[in-house]
Amino acid sequence: MTVIGGGIAGLCAAIAARRGGAVVRLLEAAPRPLRGGNARHGRNFRLTHETPLDYVPDRYTAEELRAELRSVTGDDTDRALTELLIERAHSIAGWLIDHGVHLQPPGTGVMPYSRRTAFPLGGGKAMINALYASAERLGIAINYDSEVRSILRSEGGGWTINVRSTGADDPIRTRSVVVCAGGAGADQAWLRANFGSTAEGWMVRGTPYADGRLLDLLIGAGGCAIGDPTTCHVVPVDARGPQFDGGIVTRITSIPLGLVVDRSGARIDVAGAGSQPTHYAKWGPRIADCPGQLAYLLLDARGLARAAPSALAPITAPSLGELAATLAIDPAALLQNIDDFNAAPANAARTIAVPPFFAYPMRPGLTFVHYGIKVDATMRVVQADGRRHDDLFAAGMIMAANVLRLGYLAGLGITLSAVFGQIAGEEAARHVRG
Amino acid sequence: MSAADPMLEAERVLRICSACMYCDGLCPVFPAIDGKHGFSLSDVSYMSNLCHNCQGCWHDCQYAPPHPFAVNLPATFAELRQRSYADHLWPPTLGRAFRASSLAVPATVALAQLITFALVLSTGSTEMLFAADAREGAFYRMLPWPAMAGLAGGTFAWAVIAITLATLRYWRTIAPGVTISEIMRALPVALSDIITLRHLGGGGPGCHDDGAPPSHRRRILHHLTAGGFVLSGLSTMVAAAYHHLLGVAAPYPVGSLPVMLGLVGGVTMTVGAVGLLGLEARADREPSDRGETRLNVAFLILLALVGASGLAVLGFRSTPAMGLLLSTHLGLVFGLFAALPFSKALHAPFRAAALLRAAIDGNRRASTQAPEAAGDTP
Repeated sequence: MTVIGGGIAGLCAAIAARRGGAVVRLLEAAPRPLRGGNARHGRNFRLTHETPLDYVPDRYTAEELRAELRSVTGDDTDRALTELLIERAHSIAGWLIDHGVHLQPPGTGVMPYSRRTAFPLGGGKAMINALYASAERLGIAINYDSEVRSILRSEGGGWTINVRSTGADDPIRTRSVVVCAGGAGADQAWLRANFGSTAEGWMVRGTPYADGRLLDLLIGAGGCAIGDPTTCHVVPVDARGPQFDGGIVTRITSIPLGLVVDRSGARIDVAGAGSQPTHYAKWGPRIADCPGQLAYLLLDARGLARAAPSALAPITAPSLGELAATLAIDPAALLQNIDDFNAAPANAARTIAVPPFFAYPMRPGLTFVHYGIKVDATMRVVQADGRRHDDLFAAGMIMAANVLRLGYLAGLGITLSAVFGQIAGEEAARHVRG
Repeated sequence: MSAADPMLEAERVLRICSACMYCDGLCPVFPAIDGKHGFSLSDVSYMSNLCHNCQGCWHDCQYAPPHPFAVNLPATFAELRQRSYADHLWPPTLGRAFRASSLAVPATVALAQLITFALVLSTGSTEMLFAADAREGAFYRMLPWPAMAGLAGGTFAWAVIAITLATLRYWRTIAPGVTISEIMRALPVALSDIITLRHLGGGGPGCHDDGAPPSHRRRILHHLTAGGFVLSGLSTMVAAAYHHLLGVAAPYPVGSLPVMLGLVGGVTMTVGAVGLLGLEARADREPSDRGETRLNVAFLILLALVGASGLAVLGFRSTPAMGLLLSTHLGLVFGLFAALPFSKALHAPFRAAALLRAAIDGNRRASTQAPEAAGDTP
């Protein structure tokens, strides 16, 4: 059987299938150093536990996870899949540890307290590296730089996958396919098609290889789409960062400490965004609506002192006039807006008054899209007419919208991908072994 | 995106690390940069020696090349670590010798060899060099005791003084405003970190020696080398005690304490150094610095030669080869001591100083612990 996509879902699918007795090939679109999809940028994953464990303190029960999922998804979710996710969120950490992943004990390093999530030691890429090492040990064939161009039904059952790797098209005949190619969005054409011309100014926080091509192939072959391609998780990121793969470090976290203006110098605000972690997801769409999809966060010396560091040093100037000149904003408009802001600040510490002054240019950073392919409880792709092939599966962010069509819970992406990847791998192995 | 000046490059990379912090469980470097917006030369000098070069953060980094951020913290620190040695050497003019360390170390050893052989030849006769002599005091018929003790004592005293003063200069750079009581309170943790080499564990799984999954090979081999070095030193001291307190002159019988210490020390030091050289040969070049690799190789070869030549003296001391082997071994030992102050040996006291400051910082953090924030953020 063949697994398409070498992120966390694909790795879990491949390992589970191999352990289930299948002969497995894993096709990863990225070159080896960039393997692993968006799990490379993951920091922690959600898990349930009744007692404190070596890698997570206190307890976090299935009932709590169910209630929190419900609070973000409402009723717009696949109940059966949600229950599967909750059930497996209990065993996922142990399974990952068994496959070489090291988890960071609470109280070490400087990571904040979390009873809901576990932290892989060294972050998501360390976890990915450990799983690749396990996959190699188990004898899974891994092909990097392998871009899937088409998946076609073979005569007499099974599938033919056309792969473009290092310039040559090599068809692969396989009995069963698990598609774990990630969600859509890392493609300008796809973004323009769904978000219009404003997509020009967007940045993609994750891998450029989650380009939605496999999702399009599945839908084109009759697969049933699920969710809304224009609903997405988008947060403010540094406009000077890379177009792709900025990950966690270009996220702008200190908006609650300053003032946001657009490129004309006009103040931008989001009612009720507050300073809770949820403010990121509220500010992202607001910045996408700004002219040129560009906004500036302004901080004074006190604001910056309280801000968490970010990857790129802020633009700095000794006076607001000079800052306006550096940012090419009309100084008169900017100074007027700052005066108005300082006259009625949310709190005294938030005024923009003490030099030097700082600015972070911001753009919307796409994190993931609430859109994907419909699957059943065995991860088989459901066709628009309700039928399904018994040998075509999908897992990971490509089908996350079955559970999550709105909002987000911290650390859910990795858990969801790992759990559904495992199930897809187990089911596919069961199928090929008869 | 990388900057040419290593200091600017360190600032650029550490800023990214401090915004990320995914590696905070790997080693104390990351907690040391937590929440920092800027880094002084003193900070960077401190962190470059706090780094044990386990390379965990290279393998785990999602911003490593080919990512445009091109984060390569181990290589950045390796370059700055050499600068921190060069900037603090005593006497300061040694900085030049250090910058050409891969030449200066062998040149010093060669000079020590020449001097030793010249003395051997000037005090005895050429035939003695090739004659078997297993009687008590045989070693001193090769090189008279005053010359041997004088050269050993002189080079050793030079090494101790120069390295101590360099370390004090370094301590003043990285730990201004530290009180004696802070040092005393931090000492137990620092000593434990120094002796166990905890941070070669990469937060648990070990070092990435050659791109393969992490292992504890380097930590074990380092312990063997350092432990062997200490045992060999002890052997010399015990021998000195035999000589002066018991009035028995070398060579000593095989079962005696100096010989047993020297045997075990020589074997472990040689095995450790050769093993570490093997790891250097297979090491991943990208997260390494060529200058540091040369320093490591020069130092490890020297240690391996000292250990192996000492064992050869023991093995062949009753044969005609003794004279040549003993002269070679003594020359290597004098050369090692003379070269220590501008060799990779500096990493030991500098890293110990950095670990002491890390322990002090840890105590300071613990006493001003802020209420913990929730980590359940999107």
